[in-house]
Amino acid sequence: MKVLAANSDNDILTVSNVSVKVKDQVILDNISFGLKKGTTLAIVGPNGAGKTVLFRALLGLMPYTGTIEWRGAVKIGYVPQKLSVSDIPISVREFMLYKCGSGPHVEKCITSVELGTGRMLDKELGVLSGGQLQRVLIAWAIADNPDVLLFDEPTSAVDVDSQETIYELLNRLQQEHEITILIITHDMHVVRHYSDYMLALNRKTIFFGDSEEISNPSLLEAIYGSRLLLRKKPKEQE
Amino acid sequence: MTDALAFGLITAIAVGLSAGYLGSLMVLKKMALVGDALSHVALPGLGLGILYGFNPFFGGFVFLFVAAALIWRIERVTKLSVETIIGALFTLSLAAGILIIPEFELLEALFGDISKVTLESTVIAVAASVVAALMTRIIYKNMILGMISEELATSAGVQVARTNLLYLFLVSLTVAAGLQVVGTLLVGFLVVVPAASAKNLSSNLYKYGVLSSAFGVISAVSGILLSDYFNLQPGPLIVLSGVAVFIVTIIIRWAAKAPAL
Repeated sequence: MKVLAANSDNDILTVSNVSVKVKDQVILDNISFGLKKGTTLAIVGPNGAGKTVLFRALLGLMPYTGTIEWRGAVKIGYVPQKLSVSDIPISVREFMLYKCGSGPHVEKCITSVELGTGRMLDKELGVLSGGQLQRVLIAWAIADNPDVLLFDEPTSAVDVDSQETIYELLNRLQQEHEITILIITHDMHVVRHYSDYMLALNRKTIFFGDSEEISNPSLLEAIYGSRLLLRKKPKEQE
Repeated sequence: MTDALAFGLITAIAVGLSAGYLGSLMVLKKMALVGDALSHVALPGLGLGILYGFNPFFGGFVFLFVAAALIWRIERVTKLSVETIIGALFTLSLAAGILIIPEFELLEALFGDISKVTLESTVIAVAASVVAALMTRIIYKNMILGMISEELATSAGVQVARTNLLYLFLVSLTVAAGLQVVGTLLVGFLVVVPAASAKNLSSNLYKYGVLSSAFGVISAVSGILLSDYFNLQPGPLIVLSGVAVFIVTIIIRWAAKAPAL
């Protein structure tokens, strides 16, 4: 296992021996990893592996043992997997105002994620397409210039084309703002192309290290219990 | 206009506005029946007020306040739904209230009696409603974020559990203020139906909040005016007025054949 140097000036997160139990059932068992500023970590694993629980622990929403150290007072932006917006009559403008505070800032945030500001701002969140909603959530998450972004399966409700543009967008935002990104994903393509490091979980750490290792069939088998085929890189397909 | 009618109208405007506004959150939280059930918890407090000669509002409010704290705590400890906990508490309170309250006053406690509204009770109801509405305005954003996603709200610095507790206290305050207008049996209407009507016509939160409050006021005031004109109980007429508004909004929504105006 490749372990990043802990407690160096460039480290933004150090997780040491974190375990989570719910009703005497072990959900996470002795998880340790570190993350440097400006890098992307993909968190993979089968359903029920404890990925979302790890995020909840990182956000302080879940009791745990062990230590989670964020460097200084980091600002965290979060994009959840599920939103309950279908029954809430809230417009995009109102939602963004909760974070941005003023009209001009709202428009700036929305254009930064490549969404038009015209009628878009007056639409209800609940009627947006999966891709539009995801962009609004990214705009919300980056509105107050966070140091870290947590994405819980950011493109699970998005078509393949929109997935690609959303990850391109994240890539651009990361380069522009030097944001550290943690992504929960089932998409091996995302791990290979948009992540620097990978944490493979199945309640305990299966692997932590370079994301290129996702191409290793025996590692995939260790994570998912069966051999999987990977999509080829676009360059390889040409 | 008699003093009783004037006091009744002022109380109705304040309570209708506050209950409509608080109810807009209750409907979104899918707790529509919570306000209704919670109102019954006030019954033993009202009974003690009637028995020992102090303002029943205070008795009702204390019972509601304690019940709100209990509901919040039991939910966190047992993970039972709020509806289940309130279901248990409200039947217990109803039983205790029926035993405590003399038969003659029981009808008044269940359905309210606007003719007995005094200057003192008007001032108390208006003050309670204004405090509840202003505090709701302050926590509205945090409540909405918590409903959209608890994790999203937490990442934005919202303390979701504390906000929910404060909201339950504010519901208690509003329900206590509304008891004398429509009584324990019908006060739940004021926090549910105006907001449900507003939701039929709203595509954003601003419109939703304003319409919820407006429909609360329209229902309460028209019910009291009809009650004065026909010399009937105001509580049921307030409910009928509100339901009429609800039906009109359904027709408008249906006629528009669009998700919202």
